[in-house]
Amino acid sequence: MSTYTLRAKHRRSTLRTLAFLSPWLIGFAVFFAYPLLSTVYFSFMHYDGFKPPSWSGTKNWTYVFAHYPFFWPALRNTLWLVAIMVTLRVAFGLGVGLLITRIKTATGVFRTLFYLPYLAPPVAATMAFAFLLNPGTGPVNSLLEKAGLPTPGWFNDPAWSKPALTLLALWGIGDLMVIFMAALLDVPKEQYEAAELDGATPWQRFRYVTLPNISPIVMFAVVTGVIQTMQYYTQPLIAGKVASGVIQGAGTQFEPGYPDKSTLTLPQLVYNLGFQRFDYGSACVVALILFVLSMAFTALLMRRRGGLIQAGDR
Amino acid sequence: MPGISRKTALALAASASIALLATACTGQSGSAASDDASKDTTINFWHAWSAPAEVKAVQSLIAGFEKAHPNIHVNVVGNMTDDKINQALRTGGDKAPDVISSFTTNSVGRFCSSGALVDLNPFFEKSGVDPEKTFPKAMNQYTQFDGNRCAVPLLGDAYGLYYNKTAFEKAGITSPPKTWSEFGKDAKKLTIPEGDTYQQLGFMPNYHGWETTTEHYLGQFSPTYFGKDGKSNVAEDPAFENAFRLQKKLVDELGGYRKLETYRSKLGDEWGPKHPFHTGQVAMQLDGEWRLGMALAAKPTFEIGVAPLPVPDDQADQYGKGYITGTIAGIAATSKKQNAAWELVKYMTTDTDAVVDFSNAIHNVPSTLAALKSPKLTYDPRFKTFLEIAANPDSTTAPASVNGGVYLTTIQEFGYAYESGKVTDLKKGLRDTARQIDTDIAQAK
Repeated sequence: MSTYTLRAKHRRSTLRTLAFLSPWLIGFAVFFAYPLLSTVYFSFMHYDGFKPPSWSGTKNWTYVFAHYPFFWPALRNTLWLVAIMVTLRVAFGLGVGLLITRIKTATGVFRTLFYLPYLAPPVAATMAFAFLLNPGTGPVNSLLEKAGLPTPGWFNDPAWSKPALTLLALWGIGDLMVIFMAALLDVPKEQYEAAELDGATPWQRFRYVTLPNISPIVMFAVVTGVIQTMQYYTQPLIAGKVASGVIQGAGTQFEPGYPDKSTLTLPQLVYNLGFQRFDYGSACVVALILFVLSMAFTALLMRRRGGLIQAGDR
Repeated sequence: MPGISRKTALALAASASIALLATACTGQSGSAASDDASKDTTINFWHAWSAPAEVKAVQSLIAGFEKAHPNIHVNVVGNMTDDKINQALRTGGDKAPDVISSFTTNSVGRFCSSGALVDLNPFFEKSGVDPEKTFPKAMNQYTQFDGNRCAVPLLGDAYGLYYNKTAFEKAGITSPPKTWSEFGKDAKKLTIPEGDTYQQLGFMPNYHGWETTTEHYLGQFSPTYFGKDGKSNVAEDPAFENAFRLQKKLVDELGGYRKLETYRSKLGDEWGPKHPFHTGQVAMQLDGEWRLGMALAAKPTFEIGVAPLPVPDDQADQYGKGYITGTIAGIAATSKKQNAAWELVKYMTTDTDAVVDFSNAIHNVPSTLAALKSPKLTYDPRFKTFLEIAANPDSTTAPASVNGGVYLTTIQEFGYAYESGKVTDLKKGLRDTARQIDTDIAQAK
């Protein structure tokens, strides 16, 4: 066979492969590569949506890092939520999953009860929590007061607003519960029997049988949790707005992150800069920072834990 | 890839993408006031009103216009937020608005400087209408930026003082306070503590106390927000320092920030029937003209009094002024029917009977000097206070800025920090605030 024929065959094969991949490639190009390149491009431009974009060099980057007063508080809050909320959600989801798989009676009822909150629309759920945790009139503080316990300011106190958001996130644990439940039910029973025969304690069975089997799922929960938390927008925004009591309108200004910027997250800044200030360049800078952080967290987690591959599969 | 390296191909692809982005994502704005308004045409009008009574009032307003201009038909689209309006102003097209109205004056600076709305000065001149003689001073101020009048007031809001007459009588107060000194004394007299909370609070001074925002307090001090050089005047004009000191004094004297915030968190929301002024939990309230109707609808157990807000002691002669804001209307730069659109804008905003009828229906303050004096206005006698505030030449507003209301947000953020005690050095705080405002404006230009 001549070199020319071989090349032609190889080219045909490559084209065939590309043709099969084309739906994904088109989707990737349109919904990922194009917006990403576009975001990078606009981060170096001055663009208000009305006048044509003009080159502004690193002005937007300098503004966001050095002069935009909401950036560092928002970054700190986002990192706090990633560290605390994601960890607690994974631990709680796993705990509830373990509990549910061990219940022998009314299993369906309990599964439904734990899953239902996840279905509540975020805005409604957050408003309900703001009502329940109202420091003055909310039933939670009434109960705490009756029990002689301290009554936190919850969404009205900068020190308690993020823990209150974490409580809200734990309440809606249904998604992780289902994933962990499926993973736990998938652990081979023989391994538990063998461990029991070897005299393993419940903790040792969990540590040496359950965890290695479900570690890819734990990793999945952590990675998706980090990405979701990086995009955390609705709940902190609504909680802050409801607790502040100020509704934006004529003569009232947008107040980011009530109380005292403690509920401010990076996605709120993207909205504030992009759609309230019409400073698309700076909004793109924050969006890129979010992207880089998400990528970095994901890469770090995947590298340290060996990715989504089970220990025994390597 | 034969004949071309992978790096070169990548560079070409990236350049092509960027070139594509650069050409595809640029907004267009221009003006085209070449249409013949006497010919049969249809224009689009987008507004933000959504309540059934308001929508009906808009329909009635438009019906009046179409009767007066049978050749111009108006396609009305309601319940439009500023976000949607902004997007539509950018894109243009047959379905985009020719005329828009917005509840907030905050975007005027951006609308004017970006050219999203056309400068209406030539239209006013062509029609022989002098805006300075047509609209109240403050309304004239908030509808233009750097000499570009890209918006027109379409009804307004005036802020005054609501007070509980019954509580006043019980406290032995015979008339509403005219200066902030009197106000402070009255607020203390009206405050009835109950343990670590209040049975009745004279006044909720905190900046989160619904309408007691920095902007509304400052209105009574007639501040100059920007100097002639366009730089923030926050650290230069003593009005700012005086206003912040006054509010902080009220906060401290009425129980302190923490106690007031805790009390505030127990109160009803601004737009519901359990508003603390309706329930008698707060005896005085800084609020807009709309509060009167809402308070009366809540059937309070006390008599409601209305007065202008107090003024600084050294400005006692200006008692009667207030803070003014309102809804604005404008013509999209992308509109191909700007002359027809102007006919609608002119009718809605300058025809005295149209403005009066709309004001009667919406219960907002009329936005022309003639309408403010019209005998056809129907209102509760107490509403007259707001009409007088709107017509008062000393009444103030917040000026339009190239980045909208960002400077107001910055001042407000400082206010939160100062009232809570997080910032104690007021002068330094004001200097920092001014610097931040200037930086934000430079970023927007």
